[in-house]
Amino acid sequence: MKTPYGHRVYGIAAEYPSAAALYEAAKQVRDAGFKRWDVFSPFPIHGMDDAMGLGKSWLSAVVLCGGLTGLATACILEFGPSSFLYPLIVHGKPYNFWTVPAFFPIMFELTILFSAFAAFFAWQIMGFLPRWNHPMFNWNRFKRVTNDGFFLAIEARDPRFAENEVLALLERTGGQHVTVVHEE
Amino acid sequence: MDGAPTTAPEVIAGEASPSVRPPLARVPLVLNRRNFDWVTNRIAGAVEGPTPRWWWVSFAITGGIAAFGLICLGYQISTGVGVWGLNHPVGWAWDITNFVFWIGIGHAGTLISAILYLLRQKWRTSINRSAEAMTLFAVICAAIFPGVHVGRVWMAWFLAPVPTQYGIWPNFRSPLLWDVFAVSTYFTVSVLFWYTGLVPDLATLRDRTTSKVKKFLYGVFALGWRGSNRNWRHYEMAYLLLAGLSTPLVLSVHSVVSFDFATSVIPSWHTAIFPPYFVAGAIFGGFAMVLTLMIPARAIFKLQDIITPQHIDKMAKIILLTGSFVAYAYAMEFFIAWYSGNQYEKFAFYNRIFGPYWWYWWVGMLFFNMLSPQLFWFRWCRHNIFVVYFVCMCVNAGMWFERFIIIVGGLHRDFLPSSWGLFIPTWVDIWTFIGTLGIFTSLFLIFIRFLPMIAMSEVKIVLPEADPHHVTPEQHHPVAAGGMERT
Repeated sequence: MKTPYGHRVYGIAAEYPSAAALYEAAKQVRDAGFKRWDVFSPFPIHGMDDAMGLGKSWLSAVVLCGGLTGLATACILEFGPSSFLYPLIVHGKPYNFWTVPAFFPIMFELTILFSAFAAFFAWQIMGFLPRWNHPMFNWNRFKRVTNDGFFLAIEARDPRFAENEVLALLERTGGQHVTVVHEE
Repeated sequence: MDGAPTTAPEVIAGEASPSVRPPLARVPLVLNRRNFDWVTNRIAGAVEGPTPRWWWVSFAITGGIAAFGLICLGYQISTGVGVWGLNHPVGWAWDITNFVFWIGIGHAGTLISAILYLLRQKWRTSINRSAEAMTLFAVICAAIFPGVHVGRVWMAWFLAPVPTQYGIWPNFRSPLLWDVFAVSTYFTVSVLFWYTGLVPDLATLRDRTTSKVKKFLYGVFALGWRGSNRNWRHYEMAYLLLAGLSTPLVLSVHSVVSFDFATSVIPSWHTAIFPPYFVAGAIFGGFAMVLTLMIPARAIFKLQDIITPQHIDKMAKIILLTGSFVAYAYAMEFFIAWYSGNQYEKFAFYNRIFGPYWWYWWVGMLFFNMLSPQLFWFRWCRHNIFVVYFVCMCVNAGMWFERFIIIVGGLHRDFLPSSWGLFIPTWVDIWTFIGTLGIFTSLFLIFIRFLPMIAMSEVKIVLPEADPHHVTPEQHHPVAAGGMERT
């Protein structure tokens, strides 16, 4: 979709006066059946995932995989050298499987380490971060999003997107400064 | 079940009605009804203005001390560990004392950021950022000591489990190697957690700054953050999981540090109480250091509305609680030494209070650690900044003495009187430790100059208007809006 001046349109966005107003608006946009839209706020708003119709984040599954990888790494790292590559009896401890309690601390640490890395990279990748820029930053008012601004944007890519209807919806939900945001 | 249908509608009606005031109103976490914009301006403003003169003066002093500490380290590395006062019975002294002291200080930061988060203690939002930064800097200072204590620093890579042409591997059954893994994991996870929390605030600085260079740098580290709820959703889950992972991690780190002692056979080291005792002591000492840093910072940057007397009161209560754990552990050590009937164990504790290092125990452990926090039973003491600061200083010093008593006190008189000795620190010992104090404070000064010292996005969550069901005074009558506040 393009404007008469040839700008590609990213979507239509509105600003809301408060977290509560944004929350109510999100519920209405969700119920109107839109899929490609987002809300922007300076802090996570409690209950917003439900208001947007998003489920629970599945990031925890990624972290579980990270943790299991860490545990497996620790097992290989400890049993490999201690039982096979360089078996040695130290402090009277055997080098067969029954030395495993002495391996627990490192197994624990590596499980935590790999889980933490999984969590750290997963939240970025699942949020399509890092990125250099975003069309929303073309809107001057949007700078306030990291201070005290609450915004909602419906993307032009949404199959239900129709300019007049979206404008009307955003105004009906209490949106202010309703603006067409350009891609570049 | 009969009663349920009749009572349920009343409860729901009561919750829905905004005019119902909670019977016990909470004191707000941010005072004077500050709004989002005020929070941003006050916290980001501390970073954005021109560098104040006091900052340069402080940094020159701490930087100078840090530089001299680094010179001492260089002298020690180039000459050998003989420049320290280590000797035959006392092979671990100030170096390991300093290591345990610093790593313990770090624990309060993780407690605040992770454990209090899991426990839904919302007051943590005002202090978690700087406490986590403190953790990182303390762990950096801690890591210096075992690093140079190995003697031949260029051989420190032997600690890492890498295949070499010698075919030698580290001993995975040694607590010293567990320590390597525990401390390095702790540092890495703390950095990840801290940086994750920092991203939304870096975006705030990026959007506010007018300087192109700063915009680029803050922008790069903000990762293109734009407060999208599709990002917040995964971000919050990651934050929760990092908190959940850090919680057992922080408890494990000081437990592993205590294994360095507890798995040995030295009288007074070989005790099962060490892991919980060390963890409680770490949190105790760490909270004292948090307050040591935050009390001046809140006055300098005029953050009294965000770090309120309520916050200081709560931290003082944690110091009282963990200080009492520590006092109990001290007493229990004496009891077990007597109850064990083991003459070496009994002698070690007799020697602790009447031996050559007697005053370390009487001043450091008894007065500083066991008695001084007991002042916090009194509300007046918890609300008097000078008393709080005095107790924190006592605890900071006391926890250093405690580690010295455990380490040197355990080593200097063991089984054979013919092998007894004393430890006397050299100037290099003393200045290396003071140097790390300089490194720590210099890093903290750099932190408060360039990064927001309070988590803005998290403080905003505890404001009443962050609640999606919040009603403004214009929408309803004023009692409803002030319902959560006591003025």
